[in-house]
Amino acid sequence: MATPVTAENVEEKIYDGLVELGAERDELTREATLEDLDVDSLDLVELAQIVEDEFGVELRGDDVKNVKTVGEVISLVVTKSG
Amino acid sequence: MTRRVVITGVGAVTPLGVGAEPLIERWAAGECGISDGTGRCREFEPLDHLSKKDLRRMDRFAQMAAVAAGEAAEQAGFGEELPYEPHRVGCVIGTGIGGLPSLEQNQRKLIESGEKAVSPLAVPLMMGNAAAAALAMRHGLKGQCYGVVSACAAGAHAIGDASRIIRAGDADAVVAGGAEAAITGVAVAAFGAMEATSRSGISRPFDARRDGFVIGEGAGVLILEEKAAAEARGAEILGELLGYAATCDAFHLTAPQPQGAEAARAIELALADAGVAPVDVDYVNAHGTSTPLNDHSETMALKLALGERAGEVPVSSTKSAIGHLLGAAGAVEAIATVEALRRRTAPPTVGWEERDAELDLDYVPGTAKPIENGSGPLVAISNSFGFGGHNAVLCLAA
Repeated sequence: MATPVTAENVEEKIYDGLVELGAERDELTREATLEDLDVDSLDLVELAQIVEDEFGVELRGDDVKNVKTVGEVISLVVTKSG
Repeated sequence: MTRRVVITGVGAVTPLGVGAEPLIERWAAGECGISDGTGRCREFEPLDHLSKKDLRRMDRFAQMAAVAAGEAAEQAGFGEELPYEPHRVGCVIGTGIGGLPSLEQNQRKLIESGEKAVSPLAVPLMMGNAAAAALAMRHGLKGQCYGVVSACAAGAHAIGDASRIIRAGDADAVVAGGAEAAITGVAVAAFGAMEATSRSGISRPFDARRDGFVIGEGAGVLILEEKAAAEARGAEILGELLGYAATCDAFHLTAPQPQGAEAARAIELALADAGVAPVDVDYVNAHGTSTPLNDHSETMALKLALGERAGEVPVSSTKSAIGHLLGAAGAVEAIATVEALRRRTAPPTVGWEERDAELDLDYVPGTAKPIENGSGPLVAISNSFGFGGHNAVLCLAA
């Protein structure tokens, strides 16, 4: 069963995912930009896979192409689940 | 004016350790980095050299290439800023197979969990040009950049191609070499199935008891520069790539042509390219795989190409100390050759004990022997042959 999509659950999973992708945990805030974290389009596709595995929410390239901050990624996942 | 090609930096990751220094020092001391029948780079800890993100973006062969290139670039004095305009610096890196671990992992995910489980990084990790692309990004190399794929001759082909790029005037420097990390389930099983690998797990090139090659992994990267440009910037010159040639047997998918005719032709052409006569060859770094077929046909090729000189010159195989690094072999062995010449010593064919009646050259048994020929630069050839009948020969001086 997919994990319930709450902002807390999504934040935790995305933070874990970003650390897995090479970001430093202490740099992670909702305001942090993907650019500052050195997260590029390939990382975002991997992050989308993690999100889908965990929450059953599918993110496509078009969904994330204008996303700038970690907080926006979290909000997108929560919105898409609704 | 003829453009000449010199070597100003070398770097290696091999079963003898991380660095060109342990490769030559330990090999010359007669040490062997093979254990449990494989030549793994057991001392290579990727996180000691690369960030977590780097590791995710490179398969193991490209990681090793990145570390070897870092060492070579530092020795050559390539700092944050390249000593040349970036479009004048190229990158050619050979590999036999590319990112096979990534391919196997993603194949497993596809079968077990379906298409959506396949990583978006699968292609950029497995592609044969991945190491060349990674080095270009890491060092800002904007000239010609590509991978070379010619099985176990790839490393030598890459260096040869790089030298041609410089000689043609298309670049002033090229980062060149080879990388391989394919000690995987499929590769080990496949080489075993074709009975190319040693059942005893011992690499003993040219020995009567040889029974196949021992699979290894690693990377070797050299900084090649146009000689006048290197001198003008005050770089230390480690050696010179005097000549290069390549031929193909066009004979059999895997077996070498038994008389070594086309391999001999490659040697002759490389010497002609270098303007070197057989009598001036001081050392031969053999392909010497430890397979029954290669070591026989290579011996024949050396006799054909070098004539009487073949019986006088020391011939040794780096693979006796590290196993067969496949697409990295030619590059790692070119480095070992230059470093051997710089030390004026022919490292031994480690473990050679029993003479094969038909293999009658000086394979440098036991311990390293000094190369005695005055005090000027010494000349060597380094042979690389690959499945598909590929023959690539480098003529080096130091």
